[in-house]
Amino acid sequence: MTDTAAVASARWRLKRPSIIPGFGLTLGFSLVYLSLIILIPIAGLFWRSAALGWSGFFAVLTDERTLRALYVSFGTAFVAALVNVVFGVITAWMLTRYDFPGRRLIDAMVDLPFALPTAVAGIALTALYAPQGWIGSLFMPFRIAFTPLGIVVALIFIGLPFVVRTVQPVMEEIDREVEEAAATLGANRFQTVSRVILPGLAPAILTGFALAFARGVGEYGSVIFIAGNIPYVSEIAPLLIVIKLEEFNYAGATAIATIMLLISFAMLFVINLIQAWSRRRYGNA
Amino acid sequence: MPDPLRTASGRSRAFRNPADEGLGAKIILILLALAFLGFFLVLPLVSVFVEAFRKGWMEYYEALVEPDAAASIHLTLMVAAIAVPLNLVFGLCASWAIAKFEFKGKAFLITLIDLPFSISPVISGLVYVLLFGSGSLLGPLLKSWGIEILFAVPGIVLATVFVTFPFVARELIPLMEDQGTGDEEAALSLGASGWQTFWYVTLPNIKWGLLYGVLLCNARAMGEFGAVSVVSGRIRGVTTTMPLHVEILYNEYNMVAAFAVASLLTFLALVTLALKTLLELRFGAGNAGGRH
Amino acid sequence: MEVTINNIRKEFDRFPALNDVSLKIASGELIALLGPSGSGKTTLLRLIAGLDFPTAGKIFFGEEDASHHSVQERNVGFVFQHYALFRHMTVAENIGFGLKVRPASTRPAKAEIRRRVLELLDMVQLGGLEKRYPNQLSGGQRQRVALARAMAIEPRILLLDEPFGALDAKVRKELRRWLREFHDRTGHTTVFVTHDQEEALELADRVVVMSQGRIEQVGSADDVYDRPGSPFVFSFIGESSQLPVEVKEGAVLFQGQPIGISEPAGGVGELFFRPEDVALVDAPDALFGKVTACRRLAGTRIAEIDIANDGHAPYHVEIEVPLHAPIELGSEARFRPTRWKVFRK
Repeated sequence: MTDTAAVASARWRLKRPSIIPGFGLTLGFSLVYLSLIILIPIAGLFWRSAALGWSGFFAVLTDERTLRALYVSFGTAFVAALVNVVFGVITAWMLTRYDFPGRRLIDAMVDLPFALPTAVAGIALTALYAPQGWIGSLFMPFRIAFTPLGIVVALIFIGLPFVVRTVQPVMEEIDREVEEAAATLGANRFQTVSRVILPGLAPAILTGFALAFARGVGEYGSVIFIAGNIPYVSEIAPLLIVIKLEEFNYAGATAIATIMLLISFAMLFVINLIQAWSRRRYGNA
Repeated sequence: MPDPLRTASGRSRAFRNPADEGLGAKIILILLALAFLGFFLVLPLVSVFVEAFRKGWMEYYEALVEPDAAASIHLTLMVAAIAVPLNLVFGLCASWAIAKFEFKGKAFLITLIDLPFSISPVISGLVYVLLFGSGSLLGPLLKSWGIEILFAVPGIVLATVFVTFPFVARELIPLMEDQGTGDEEAALSLGASGWQTFWYVTLPNIKWGLLYGVLLCNARAMGEFGAVSVVSGRIRGVTTTMPLHVEILYNEYNMVAAFAVASLLTFLALVTLALKTLLELRFGAGNAGGRH
Repeated sequence: MEVTINNIRKEFDRFPALNDVSLKIASGELIALLGPSGSGKTTLLRLIAGLDFPTAGKIFFGEEDASHHSVQERNVGFVFQHYALFRHMTVAENIGFGLKVRPASTRPAKAEIRRRVLELLDMVQLGGLEKRYPNQLSGGQRQRVALARAMAIEPRILLLDEPFGALDAKVRKELRRWLREFHDRTGHTTVFVTHDQEEALELADRVVVMSQGRIEQVGSADDVYDRPGSPFVFSFIGESSQLPVEVKEGAVLFQGQPIGISEPAGGVGELFFRPEDVALVDAPDALFGKVTACRRLAGTRIAEIDIANDGHAPYHVEIEVPLHAPIELGSEARFRPTRWKVFRK
């Protein structure tokens, strides 16, 4: 008797025993639903792209227009994420450290890009930054909308909350004593910020950057209105997928999508690495 | 009383908190941030309403009651009414399994649930085009049975479910993990059934987080553009949701109508933000963080 | 470095946290600021450091008026209650920070900084841990890193805020002894804040007892325990009982009756005595009351006694009695303080 019990407990087990019911039902439903909605369709994409073969895949990817579109998507997303890091950190700092009238309202406003439909953001930004728009007219003859710069504007809008909301909670956790400690050791305020506060925030800032960047690369709705969509210049990769689809060029669409998907998975992996690394070393995420 | 801020040398010097910037630096930072937020958040928001009312109330009103616009509002509400409850049930099931039990592969499952957040909306639509399109196995088969998925309402619902998939689960998992299993075990030991335990013990504890997740899920469901645009086919008045209708009007240079429909969506976004802020203030439900 | 604090007042939003505090700290002294929370002890420490500025009053470092020198200019070593280590820096980087942020003209060379860091690590007995992150250290180790970091800038004075507050009892005892040795070795003027009287009495050369923003008494451990200067000090340090009394013609009267002890000056006041300074007597002029509880405490016995108060809630006192004293629960005990103090109202 005792022997079999011992064997049973040493055996591989999916789940630790628990008196709470419903594990099979809830996990089962979750897995089925997940598979039907997410996994099988994505697997379908990879299956289709595998059917293209290396040569087919390669042909799509070496196409000049595709390369330019990928370049535009990644380039603008990178620049926008950088801008968001700078202003996102300043915004988060203002929201956590300073008290002024309207702070709560601004705090709530930061989430606007999460809640506002991307198409609405797209037409609103276009109206503003177009040559005859409120902001666009200020910069004439320098054009913002209908150039890659317009894409950057849209991606700044989309990515801002990712940086602010990743950095803000970590900033709130900063112990004032740490800043005072730096001061007692002779550091001036600039040294305290640049050598103590910002390096401590680095993992959060990096995570926020990666999230904003990943979101920017895939963004579609807010970009297509403001971009001008000139092939080789301001045509983004997601738009090229749509164009290929409309031409019933499924192979082309699939190949570009596969590349983008692989890159986003890589980004996801990197984000997880950053967080695991920072947890291990500093004991916080 | 001697002036406390006067040093022995007679120089006056104000105290500055060593864990604080000077007033000048503060003002510069605040102005920088406000200018940035003004250019990128506030002005776009304002411009939606300005453009919508450019030609007055009548034009605005007519743009909204026009049959195609009304149809798009109707479709949008219907899609959200299907997609949100589906993801709500999934969110509850997934968070129950993940938060209340220890099992192998849990971290991986959470990553999979988050997946739609890191996929371009266009690709989210594309996968269904590939699955149900003319070149696929399923599409022609379903078509022969008279079932249209692509360029029809089911496709729009599927694409919306895909992009809003993680919202409820994402809010509930950390919340339920924080609450642990003690309450449920206590209820069960007192003789409650599994359902009673969920209904009377678990649900009251997570209701605000749940509401919060539903709110975000709904906002995205009504506002989704990229994924829906790929599967919709844009049959005017039939498969155009509000965001798609905005695009059509915009491309027809019908700006007032485009911004009028957009203003409804903006209003929805503002209500969502207001409710979210209220929930955070009152109940500290979740935090605003994360990936949406 | 001698530190002189002259008539310091500190208000936070009109609320006085410190009220006319003056104190002279001799060079090389180890001083404890002792008091309950809210007594202003941490505020005083922060004012000395320059982390806050006084509303009024002056602070001198030696002959120099430091009242309006910034914290950076004061060059004090401050050890924070929760250590405040920089968690993205290694132990070595933490300790070397104060040297690295110096202006180029006074900054030691890299090799010199490294040498000093290793030397300090040895001094706090953490040699070999320089590459660790704070997260990978125990509480006691973090505490010593914080101390080494504060020492690295060759501070004029060392300030410690509740240095052992966040540690468990055993480590606390060890570190306490270690800090005393460290102080004796380095000879730094040191001020530490604590709410633990045992810690203050054992460790410090002099104890500054504080309450409600004022200094109640300054003195050695013997002074504050044996010769408490105020009712607060008497009741805050050690165990004590207090009773309202009146002094008439040299005799101390409790409830109008003489209790067999005498005081020179007259008037109404409070009688304080410690449980161990009591003798059981068999005389009419004594305190008496009903024994309500009796408990063994190491080599002695503590009796809890209720003294009737004319219909009001009885006075509750605790006295130490010999192990074999004829004390029984419910019986009456008669006793007199052998050492006491009357604080007049």
